[in-house]
Amino acid sequence: MTAETVIGAVPAKAEFRTCQYTGLKVDVAAQRLIIANAVAAVVFLAIGGLMGLLVALTRWPAVHLLPADWFYLILTGHGANVLLFWIIFFEMAILYFASAVLLNSRLAAPKLGWLGFILMIVGALATNVAVLQGDSSVMFTSYPPMMAKPHFYLGIILFAVGALIGCGLFFATLVIAKEEGTYEGSIPLVTFGALTAAIIAVFTIASGAIILIPTWLWSLGLISDIDPLMYKVVWWAMGHSSQQINVSAHVSLWYLTAALLVGAKPLSEKVSRTAFFMYILFLQLASAHHLLAEPGMDASWKIVNTSYMMYLAVMGSMVHGLTVPGAIEAAQRRNGFDRGMFEWLRKAPWGNPAFSGMFLSLVFFGFIGGISGVVLGTEQLNVLMHNTIYVPGHFHGTVVAGTTLAFMGATYIVLPLIFQREIVWPKLAKIQPYLFGIGAAGISLFMMGAGTLGVARRHWDMTFSDASIGFAHSAGAFLMMGLNGIFAIIAAIGGIIFVLVVVATAFFGKKITSGHKLTFPLFSGGGAVASHYGSEKAPKLPGTIILVTIFFVCFVLYYFINWKYLSELWLFR
Amino acid sequence: MAVTPPERRIWWNEPIERVELVWIVIAFLWGLFMFVFMIAWHFIGQQNLSKEAYRIAPSAYEAKVDDFAKKNKVREEAGIPVAKPKPGSDVYILGRLWQWWPILELEKGQSYRIHLSSIDWQHGFSLQPTNINIQVHPGYEHVISLTPTQSGEFGIVCNEFCGIGHHTMTGKIYVTEPKKAEAEQRLADGR
Repeated sequence: MTAETVIGAVPAKAEFRTCQYTGLKVDVAAQRLIIANAVAAVVFLAIGGLMGLLVALTRWPAVHLLPADWFYLILTGHGANVLLFWIIFFEMAILYFASAVLLNSRLAAPKLGWLGFILMIVGALATNVAVLQGDSSVMFTSYPPMMAKPHFYLGIILFAVGALIGCGLFFATLVIAKEEGTYEGSIPLVTFGALTAAIIAVFTIASGAIILIPTWLWSLGLISDIDPLMYKVVWWAMGHSSQQINVSAHVSLWYLTAALLVGAKPLSEKVSRTAFFMYILFLQLASAHHLLAEPGMDASWKIVNTSYMMYLAVMGSMVHGLTVPGAIEAAQRRNGFDRGMFEWLRKAPWGNPAFSGMFLSLVFFGFIGGISGVVLGTEQLNVLMHNTIYVPGHFHGTVVAGTTLAFMGATYIVLPLIFQREIVWPKLAKIQPYLFGIGAAGISLFMMGAGTLGVARRHWDMTFSDASIGFAHSAGAFLMMGLNGIFAIIAAIGGIIFVLVVVATAFFGKKITSGHKLTFPLFSGGGAVASHYGSEKAPKLPGTIILVTIFFVCFVLYYFINWKYLSELWLFR
Repeated sequence: MAVTPPERRIWWNEPIERVELVWIVIAFLWGLFMFVFMIAWHFIGQQNLSKEAYRIAPSAYEAKVDDFAKKNKVREEAGIPVAKPKPGSDVYILGRLWQWWPILELEKGQSYRIHLSSIDWQHGFSLQPTNINIQVHPGYEHVISLTPTQSGEFGIVCNEFCGIGHHTMTGKIYVTEPKKAEAEQRLADGR
């Protein structure tokens, strides 16, 4: 069977250009789609990010910015715009890049890609309209029996259909590239990671369809009843699995950035690919993370699912946590930074925002998002934090300090290579990942702290001033929420700089012509490292060993501290 | 340079570096430990969420709670009954827009069968400052055997978003000290 029969089209006359920095052949149609999706992503990041700032300023007790109805409205919009729209638009760009560009192939059916893009835009707008109309403040999770307007659900459904088309194009492009022999042997590791993301995306979108289509019909009055517990089981097969798309996508970007900036090759193709494969096998079980505090769920079901089958997917992430810095260390030592334990890290390109964004993302994702995720997802420990603000603390560690920061870092590579524009305001760009990263890490940690002290998530008033029965949180809880507000401002400044730099670069950046020297240089030969596989040879990695040892000690200590907290609770069974 | 031929076509036969192998083994064993520890806590721990639950119509549950409050009422606070149930008995808490009802008075060291359900939307039972958090669904009656280990005044906050009055949804549990000798005996018995 040829590629043509698979996608039902004759080979298009694709137009190519050759990248002067990496030597990669770039399909111009793919390039246009990458630009469109990346721009849409940044627009929704700007909207959703500002909403996030308003939420944090309202939850800062001393500021308490918005009135209650606006707070719940803005919080609903914040979740949809950043967790769904920003991230998935950017992931579409990654899929087109990792298939067509990295494989030197033409993109399958670019017109369908535009159809998908338009569906996603229409869907995102419909959901935003529903939220802003004010009668769909049901939170992003839209748990029944609370009901939103039909176009709230319909928007998300259309958006998901568009994203599914994007995934289909990705798979079709892989087939075409193989068929037309644009690469030899296996696909590059980065493409393999993107393939992992796309496969999980199909599972995710299918789950979303299974639950959101009936819920939409219910909101239209065509179905009488949606069981709230069943809804959660299936909705979170979308909600949590979509976060696993993010993990696969941003880990791929870690490998890509390391390859392009320091010439890093994976330590072992086999290990890194197996780690990705663990994601495909086990990450979808995570729906259970949201059902640990629900009535009627059996302990054995909870334990198997919440642990991703004996933590085999966590093992995958821990492996990437070693192999990514390990690959960087090996490459840097080869590049001549071989003195002592940490010269390779000290002399890494910290002034390049693509690198700093990538490395901070790696550290924060592991230490904050990863460790807190395992603790939160432990069957019994969950009762300590379920629905407290610890939960947003955890996922701001994964999705903001991890995924978003990684995507921001990668954008500084995409701007010169795909938009072909020189980055404007390089000094601002240089500090941007630090500001955003520190802000995001701060909000994650302080929300986790406040949650440990019992502060509820999605809650307008931690002073309970209008409640008939009062309750007073500890002074420490108020302090944590204040600090959260301060770090949200820092993150917002980083976010605003990012949006300004990207928009200004996209429209007014100097066009890159041949022979142009980049402000943030790539590693010579980085493109070759990224586009074909091959493992690093027998490296010594003392620095990486120390880093992962610190990580492991933190992990174990924090895990047991929480069991100690649990053992001090009232007794229940 | 773009499409240079792969360095080693058969990458899956390459040996795995020692450092990676050691880390994989550590990660696997740690995962295995965490997995087993959750199972073990069901035997060695005192905090495991019960799976006892029943389907119930919201109106039927409301009737049960009303009945419970009427029978066990000892006083009223701000128009809300305070129920003081017998140790070991069935205790009913109702989540609704926007209160936890009724107020309870329990005895430290005594076990109670606490029933939780909602008559409208989902709510989050969040006992503070102890920090026990359980999701409450309409249509499902969740039964938990709960033993307070501290005395004093405890707040119940709602931590599942339930509409515009969500942040006013609270409740209260008083825990009183039992007669000393009796309590020590019970704790020693591990009840």
